[in-house]
Amino acid sequence: MSDKRKEMTSGNLAFAEAMRQVNPDVVAAYPITPSTEIPMKFAEFVADGKVDSEYVAVESEHSAITACVGASVSGARVMTASSANGVALMHEIFPIAAAFRAPIVFGLVNRSLGAPVNIHCDHSDSMPERDSGWIQIYCEDAQEVYDSVLLAVRLAEHEDVLTPVFVCQDGFITSHCFEPVEMLSDEAVKKFVGERKAKYPLLDVDNPVSYGSFTMSEYYFEIKRNQMEGMNRAPEVYKSLSKELAQYTGREYPMIDAYRAEDADYLIVIMSSATGVVKDVVDEMREKGVKAGCLRVRFFRPFPFEEIRKLAKGKKGIAVLDRSASIGGTAPLAAEIKSALYGLDERVPLQEYIFGLGGRDLYPRDAENVFSRLMDSDFSDTVRYIGLLEKDEENGGN
Amino acid sequence: MAGINLKELTNRQSPLTEGHRMCPGCGAPTAVRQGLMAVEDPVVIVGATGCFEVSTTVYPYSAWRVPYMHIAFENAGAGVSGVAAAHKVLSRKGAVKDNIKFAAVGGDGGTYDIGLQSLSGALERGHDFTYICYNNQGYMNTGAQRSSATPANASATTSPAGSVIPGKLERAKDLTEIVAAHDIPYVAQTTLHDPMDVIRKVKRAVETPGPAFVNILVPCPLFWKIDPANQVKVCKLAADSRFWPIYEVIDGRHVLSYDPKDPVPLKDFLMVQGRYSHLFKKGKERTDLIEQGQADVDREWEKLLKKCSGWTG
Amino acid sequence: MSKPKCWQDVPPGTIAWGASARDVETGLWRSMRPILDRNKCISCLKCWLQCPDASIETDGEGKVNGINMFFCKGCGVCDKVCPVGAISMHPEADFSSECRKRGEDPGRVADHVR
Repeated sequence: MSDKRKEMTSGNLAFAEAMRQVNPDVVAAYPITPSTEIPMKFAEFVADGKVDSEYVAVESEHSAITACVGASVSGARVMTASSANGVALMHEIFPIAAAFRAPIVFGLVNRSLGAPVNIHCDHSDSMPERDSGWIQIYCEDAQEVYDSVLLAVRLAEHEDVLTPVFVCQDGFITSHCFEPVEMLSDEAVKKFVGERKAKYPLLDVDNPVSYGSFTMSEYYFEIKRNQMEGMNRAPEVYKSLSKELAQYTGREYPMIDAYRAEDADYLIVIMSSATGVVKDVVDEMREKGVKAGCLRVRFFRPFPFEEIRKLAKGKKGIAVLDRSASIGGTAPLAAEIKSALYGLDERVPLQEYIFGLGGRDLYPRDAENVFSRLMDSDFSDTVRYIGLLEKDEENGGN
Repeated sequence: MAGINLKELTNRQSPLTEGHRMCPGCGAPTAVRQGLMAVEDPVVIVGATGCFEVSTTVYPYSAWRVPYMHIAFENAGAGVSGVAAAHKVLSRKGAVKDNIKFAAVGGDGGTYDIGLQSLSGALERGHDFTYICYNNQGYMNTGAQRSSATPANASATTSPAGSVIPGKLERAKDLTEIVAAHDIPYVAQTTLHDPMDVIRKVKRAVETPGPAFVNILVPCPLFWKIDPANQVKVCKLAADSRFWPIYEVIDGRHVLSYDPKDPVPLKDFLMVQGRYSHLFKKGKERTDLIEQGQADVDREWEKLLKKCSGWTG
Repeated sequence: MSKPKCWQDVPPGTIAWGASARDVETGLWRSMRPILDRNKCISCLKCWLQCPDASIETDGEGKVNGINMFFCKGCGVCDKVCPVGAISMHPEADFSSECRKRGEDPGRVADHVR
């Protein structure tokens, strides 16, 4: 449909390139590994006059997200990026951004939260934000990052949604590894994303409004419920946007990426870059005659409960692999999956796993092991850990 | 005063309306109303959390006739940075009016303490905005706790005057000078002793391109324990005792705007306020602390005069 | 803005409309009422400048015209800054019988000056 080009690039650089093409009005950001390349590259675009944007080089992540909220509420199209402790420092402002219905698009490059300090990937930075009122999209590779940025701009700004979006990718694994990415022409992107039309911009001095009121018990509940509606409408809007973008790219991204899942007996549910390993193992198991399958959860918020329920129905066993923990509780992905399965008439056995904290790799043998234990109906009431050094008697190994 | 006609001002609509819920006799709404009344261009306000923010935006009402945004406590500087940056782009595109001005409004808690980093960042980046600090020298929204703007010897709820400790032991941070050290085009300090001084300084701050800062001392009748009606009198004592010097820093040059002809002793300013009453208990007067306070005032005044020497308004 | 009746009525983004607080009768807080003596008033505007509640009304020519009792909280700043003693403070209770005679609720006093 339009001129496309293929480049060897990384998740971070693909994100930055999408930003250049979107040409946001304001970017306010603060450097933190492994997302730093995004604002760095974008600052270069600004310095070279390749975008019309204002780049605000703030003095902290807290100020970065605050400036983004101010700019977004003003009516500007706004983007930023961060990771790990930067995301944690922004935490206070995320629910405010969502409540202001500020459609910010945020490149969240997943990295473990300290302590101890670790710069590698897990999802312990984004998962605490699952209740902040933002849409969360988790990408498997750089191509998906690029495409998701375009979708996120439209989704966030859609008048039925008006909700900020995290576009998450795995730190270093996706953000720094080079792979071929197909990009649209600048004109095609411009056409797809269009211009933002804000409904109550702060800068409309002739129709002044006040944002961030003081609201006690008389109205707080109603305002929050009103806000929830934006999130509730996101799936329907997203599905049509995904179809629309596919007309340009030929690629469509459902909220759940189901891989050989429909007729499968055994499923691994996982997110982001580690999915590739599981998909390979699924293929190997299939060759051996085992009906293995994989679900990759792409949208964590809003969580696609209905899709999960349909895909999980009648399975002989499901393993959920979380890349973060909820210490003292159920890990985030497992908690949602279990919640989705509650609606099924017949119980599907489920095993929780935690893997990959602090960037520890997931190997094919790990996924094979998970499948074989599912096949043996080897379920435990407690969570198991993949790739953890532990005494043999604990958890009986993996 | 040149360029400001009071009669004309009475016909202008203030950015702050009636119907706000600040306490009777609070100095903060007076300072902000006075400050902004002479600004002719439309102003967009970003408020830091505090009494003033809460009391002017009780949902579903707003006492702001101009666009207003409150995000959180520690980030008015960053919030106004984002708004000003958006304005730069959107006015370039012709999407919004060109002549909009930007002001952040925060109390001393949101300015001296929790918001200092965000303020410093915004000043350093040079956004075109004015920061107005309504400084009542403590955390009033939460019930009169000490801040780094609370003066020595004042009794606050987290530095109470007890039988052993006589109120706050530390002197207030000199934020006006900290801001001036950012070498921004305009910095000023004032109080409600002279409304025209407030009007002139805020107008100048807002009309000066680039960052500007105005630190306005305002009494909180509840914390300072004064009769609300005496608000202006107490401000006059603050200025006349040189406890709160009235001056400006224009392009890096210090200029004294008010030199009290007959300066009153610090004691006169302290003894009208209940927050210092422990210094004046019969038979237990803390003359030592009052004298120390006076010495501090004198030393600071000399320092300021040195900075001002060589320049005239 | 009219008060929202349900969550579907609430405008998005936590917004309230500008200047809507002018519907809020802060005069109900008042325990002391300022009375303006027009014969003494020289319209120096000191009270107008120092009123925390913007309750001193002017006539468009820079002359003080009255005190808006809908908003006035009775702090007494105007009385203290008046250089000619044109404003005096009186307990609200003093006005209750007068209000009742007129069939008014003393808790909701009208603008007595105009």
